[in-house]
Amino acid sequence: MKPCLAAAAAVSLLLAPVSAVAQSAATAYASAPDLPYEAVPNFFKMPAGDAMGEMQGVATNSKGDTFAFFRGPQTRLWEFSPDGNFLKEIGKGFYGFAFAHSVRVDRHDNIWTIDEGTNVITKFNPDGTKVLMIIGHRPSQADGPYATPHGPNPPDEKYTLCRPTDVAWDQKDNIFVSDGYCNNRVMKYSPDGKFLAESGGPAPGKGDNQYNLPHGLQVDHQGNVYVADRGNNRYVVLDNDLKWKTTYTQYGTAWSDCISEGAHQYLFVSNSNPNGNGPGSWAKTGQIYKMELDGTVIGKFGHAGKLAPGFQVVHMMDCRNPNQIVVGEIESWRMQKFVLKGSK
Amino acid sequence: MKRLATLFCAAAAVFAMPALAQDIGYSNSWPLTLPHDTFFGMAAGVATNSKGHVFVYTRNTDPIMVLGGSRAFAHGGSSLYEFGPDGKFVRQIGKQIYGFLAAQQVRVDSHDNIWVVDRYSSMVIKLNPQGQVAMLLGRKPESVDVPSTPDHGRGNPPGSGSPSDLFQSPTDVAWDSSGNIFVADGIGNARVAKFTPDGVFVKSWGSRGTAEGQFNTAHGIAVDASGNVYVADRGNHRIQVFDNDGNFKSSITSGGDPEAICISPGAHQYLFSSNSNAQNDLDNGGEIYKLELNGTAVGKFGHAGKGPKDFGSVNGIDCRNPNALYVAEAGNWRVTKVDLH
Repeated sequence: MKPCLAAAAAVSLLLAPVSAVAQSAATAYASAPDLPYEAVPNFFKMPAGDAMGEMQGVATNSKGDTFAFFRGPQTRLWEFSPDGNFLKEIGKGFYGFAFAHSVRVDRHDNIWTIDEGTNVITKFNPDGTKVLMIIGHRPSQADGPYATPHGPNPPDEKYTLCRPTDVAWDQKDNIFVSDGYCNNRVMKYSPDGKFLAESGGPAPGKGDNQYNLPHGLQVDHQGNVYVADRGNNRYVVLDNDLKWKTTYTQYGTAWSDCISEGAHQYLFVSNSNPNGNGPGSWAKTGQIYKMELDGTVIGKFGHAGKLAPGFQVVHMMDCRNPNQIVVGEIESWRMQKFVLKGSK
Repeated sequence: MKRLATLFCAAAAVFAMPALAQDIGYSNSWPLTLPHDTFFGMAAGVATNSKGHVFVYTRNTDPIMVLGGSRAFAHGGSSLYEFGPDGKFVRQIGKQIYGFLAAQQVRVDSHDNIWVVDRYSSMVIKLNPQGQVAMLLGRKPESVDVPSTPDHGRGNPPGSGSPSDLFQSPTDVAWDSSGNIFVADGIGNARVAKFTPDGVFVKSWGSRGTAEGQFNTAHGIAVDASGNVYVADRGNHRIQVFDNDGNFKSSITSGGDPEAICISPGAHQYLFSSNSNAQNDLDNGGEIYKLELNGTAVGKFGHAGKGPKDFGSVNGIDCRNPNALYVAEAGNWRVTKVDLH
């Protein structure tokens, strides 16, 4: 024992086992043209004396406000104005915030947070003053701290999530959920939150209706569902009833996806670059790819790096406007804005 | 037989006591003043910037464990304070920083950036002079294991000698004149990791052991003006010197069993090494050595204890001015200014 170093708490911190998932180079790397882009330095202005943490979720609403959902000493949700000024904090101390994973804004500007600490997805009204819906439920503290990473995967209940990762909607407002770190499935709920369908199950797998850590998802205007199947290094496309359609395997490790708005929709994906993968991997990972919805590559931009404008593990992108991308990075605790140039 | 044993003991005593160094006269003072009802806890590290401001990183609150539902999470526990040249409190930095859990060290680079080393989050956090996050090395583990797993506790976590850019209880950070970053990693691992100024992982050297290039505990690190890297090999009673690429050059044994080291700037650089006392022992050690970079002893001062002239398990030394040191005492929960005469 080294007495002067004895930590105050007799507990140990452990990396989640999922970080052992190997990072994969994108085979599209060589053929994907470089898209010209510009970083907008220091676009988002911090409230004085405060700090962001692991930037898990970023999303914009139709008015151009940006929401940032991050892990600090508390999990927090911040709103910024269209010109990047801090507007307000939403849900400070909220029971559904313990370990941020994603934030998304639906077509009615409602704000949805996905928290993998409380296992709860929350729908807030557009100004963040009311809770409109809860999906999943938070385990009772009376049952003790759930050390799920070491236990068996829980059964795939209809209304209990296990470290969920993302949420999306079709044009009829049906709700799609990726769930998540301990279950390995995609869920469909009606607009009022009733269970409709499931793809996958508790156990991870590589088959057509199986997943290994579904880490994010998006829905296009036709109702197709695009799942970032991170542990399998692929994006899986499902129809509106969660039937398998196709798979994109050329974009590396599937951390996050984003589908832009407008008549011609694009799909953006990130082959992120976590610590622990060694220096060589940085040359081949970290980029964001832009493609057509059918998987045809359009190009790539960005590179791995701890200093801005590099990417240190992009966890989420906002691409409402396909030429203005906001990225949130876990391991650099920041949110950056990029402008893609010369695009249509 | 008995005589032989005595001889051995005497030889061992001489070996264990590189105390042939002369005593250096010194005086102690405590210029740093905190706001009302704020106190240092375990004073892990102290560092000054070019304007004479003093930064202290201390474990002085409880890490809070949150029963999140899916897992348990740990937050908070340590504070970073800034003081003016007169010792007056200026501000607390980074109250909302995710990686401040168990203070291990603080250092200031040649551009006045503040670097915090946190043992419990296993991160090295670079703050700009304004106190905002500028770069991050390592990643805080996501959750807390309850109950703690014995082999992940304070003993020997896995990953010793890991050639990665993730740390296991790192202890210290230093830079060469080109801005390359050297992290002592430290307690969980027993190695040094080198990064470019931009934070790109370059290489790693060392593993646990007693051979040249191995460490018991890489407990502190410093780099001289020529780019040589000095590693406090606590437990092996030596400071190992490497070239800039990690090739072993020499071992310095005249600085005791080093817990904290510091190399002063300027044309003539000195190496300070604290032979810190174990917290359950006030009878042995505690003195700080002043050495030439080649290990020749200039002198020593202080000894273990709780009194005003004593040192209690020193964990950090600032030697920007080699005649006016700041010393962070992990055992006595204080930061002392030491003027050498």
